[in-house]
Amino acid sequence: MADSQPTEPQSLYAAREPVFPKRVYGKFRNLKWVIMIVTLGIYYVTPWIRWDRGAALPDQAVLLDLANRRFFFFWIEIWPHEFYFVAGLLVMAGLGLFLFTSALGRVWCGYACPQTVWTDLFILVERWIEGDRNARLRLHRQKNLDLRKVRLRLTKWITWALIAVATGGAWVFYFTDAPTLLVDLFTLNAHPIAYTTIAVLTGTTFFFGGFAREQICIYACPWPRIQAAMMDEDTLTVGYREWRGEPRKNSEAVKEGAPQGDCIDCMACVNVCPVGIDIRDGQQLECITCALCIDACDDIMAKIGKPRGLIDYMAFTDEVSERAGGKPKPIMKHILRPRTILYTALWSLVGVGLVFALFIRSDIDLTVAPVRNPTYVTLSDGSIRNTYEVRIRNMQHETREFEVTVKGDPAIKVELEGATDGKISVNADEVHLQRVYLVAPAGSEPATEERSDVRIWIEDLTSGERAHKDTVFNGEDD
Amino acid sequence: MAKQPNKKNQEVETTGHQWDGIEEYNNPLPRWWLWTFYACIVWGIWYVIAYPAWPLVQSATAGYKGWSTRANVAVELAEAEAANAAINAKLETVELTAIAGDPELQGYATSAGNAVFKTWCAQCHGSGAAGAKGYPNLLDNDWLWGGTIEDIHTTIAHGIRNQEDPDARYSQMPAFGEILEPAQIDQVANYVMSMSGEPQDASLVAEGQTVFAENCAACHGEAGAGDIYQGAPNLADAIWLYGGSFDTIKETVTYSRFGVMPPMGGADLSEAEIRAVAIYVHQLGGGE
Repeated sequence: MADSQPTEPQSLYAAREPVFPKRVYGKFRNLKWVIMIVTLGIYYVTPWIRWDRGAALPDQAVLLDLANRRFFFFWIEIWPHEFYFVAGLLVMAGLGLFLFTSALGRVWCGYACPQTVWTDLFILVERWIEGDRNARLRLHRQKNLDLRKVRLRLTKWITWALIAVATGGAWVFYFTDAPTLLVDLFTLNAHPIAYTTIAVLTGTTFFFGGFAREQICIYACPWPRIQAAMMDEDTLTVGYREWRGEPRKNSEAVKEGAPQGDCIDCMACVNVCPVGIDIRDGQQLECITCALCIDACDDIMAKIGKPRGLIDYMAFTDEVSERAGGKPKPIMKHILRPRTILYTALWSLVGVGLVFALFIRSDIDLTVAPVRNPTYVTLSDGSIRNTYEVRIRNMQHETREFEVTVKGDPAIKVELEGATDGKISVNADEVHLQRVYLVAPAGSEPATEERSDVRIWIEDLTSGERAHKDTVFNGEDD
Repeated sequence: MAKQPNKKNQEVETTGHQWDGIEEYNNPLPRWWLWTFYACIVWGIWYVIAYPAWPLVQSATAGYKGWSTRANVAVELAEAEAANAAINAKLETVELTAIAGDPELQGYATSAGNAVFKTWCAQCHGSGAAGAKGYPNLLDNDWLWGGTIEDIHTTIAHGIRNQEDPDARYSQMPAFGEILEPAQIDQVANYVMSMSGEPQDASLVAEGQTVFAENCAACHGEAGAGDIYQGAPNLADAIWLYGGSFDTIKETVTYSRFGVMPPMGGADLSEAEIRAVAIYVHQLGGGE
């Protein structure tokens, strides 16, 4: 672009230009409705699914139990020491976004992002109450605040507010027993944090979905900026076949007699755009590739008897070959390329690793910490005693009994603090701390050697499942 | 969205910066950003007035809300104390021997006692309760004044050989340097070492036994097993409070020992705290 400076300096700040997206029909719109129903359905319904885990544990299928530091997901229970599962899921989510972005551009933004889904829902409400684009524009431009405008605005805002409350309300159900919390919320017995969370999420949902809308995507969200680095010439994004549409109707060129392209300049693509851009200007930062302009334009093309796809998903390589008179590559050829295959492979690798880790994880977890203060105690008969803090984590849903044995010098005997029957009983879903004493008689080898290696075994007395930890026995010679 | 600067056939203001031919648009910021910025300034001014903000020489401005981390901690401590009031009351009233049978009470007493021990007892007995020369090891199974929960409780509450508590445990070993001949002290020291199988001069043991029976057995017992009612140490086991070498034993016999423990009852610890620390010590591995 030429080095051009307008004579009058422009304002440093600009007001938001309101966007009034028009109703659109078509396959992408239908896909978006389906995705909206599925994602919102999952969001609102999940906390209400029950899952029996026995009396000691919550029966909510998906529960983030922050107080007890547990994450329940149907048959899986994640303990804090297994946080790598969550980290792995986050890595998978990241790789998944890389994969989808390199293959289909901002498909997350256009279809699945909560900001998009809720904004879509809010626009749907707006359309039901205030009418389609033209009616809303008229209402917006109407200066005097008559009874009808007040009624329409209030109805819309109250409906938005109800959706927003339900959104914030559903969120808190993931963190505690949903039916109990619902009753508590209405009887004003719930924890202040629940009300605060609902209030904050209600406020943000109402404001982001009702008023801020595309401003969030353009100015607040970092993801669009990162995505640009993951797209390449084969990435499918929404584009305008300029070489087919131009010169458009009403353009200077057509007025001067040039043959008109397929674009009849009906503005259908602009009118349906939820971010208020003109896709015919080329790929833009604001575009969330929601594909509604494709639906709008296909509809017009059908009406004027032209082939569909003046605005369509395409890649830059298609533009090059189409301008040269060739055909676009088949979609699968765009999608299947080394980069996406690599992302898929990495994604699957992490996924397989997590599933594998889930299957091999032991449901006893044992830690043995030798007490070093002091390293040993001399008893009245001269024998040497070492103390170990043994923590047994019972990840099953019933109480288990364990026996402790030691492997090492046969002179070493095991004693348990407090347990007279020699068994350790660990309650379901608990970590039990047991002090274990190893005693070597006076004059025996481990009592006189500085250090001897020992291995502490625990065995589930019912199932026979065993676990062990290696540690050392400190003798008197030091 | 603001005016589209990149529409075709439209002059757009640029910043004039250029990198490899790429120019930077001078797009206007959204106006709401400006308002957000102003809102932050207003909030900042309110914050400075409401909360401690300006550093002064000694402290900082207090802020009209009177918020202070010290006050918050005091409130939290009071809350914790209130929350523990019921279990502390129960701990003070139940039979000492019944505590071990109540897992909730035992667990509470053990962790509360651990905190009390680290604050009040660790100075002499060590943070691991292993003691030191002259300060008994609380982990082993040898007790000067008894190792039952009641004995331990009494020792902690009243202390040993102190002037402050009339109920303190009291006993005193005479300094035998003024009573016995040096040769007799050598003999009895050798005899004491023989009782626990330490290397000794066997030729002196027989005479030592006579000296022991005449001078020591009244408190330490014929076999040297000690007496917990007088705090007389067991001389026949492997545990030595001041050391089991010939020289140390000779020193003990000659000059005697007089270990003092202050009473923890009264002004220092509440009954619940004393019971808690007694439970803690009792479960360290030597409790009877």
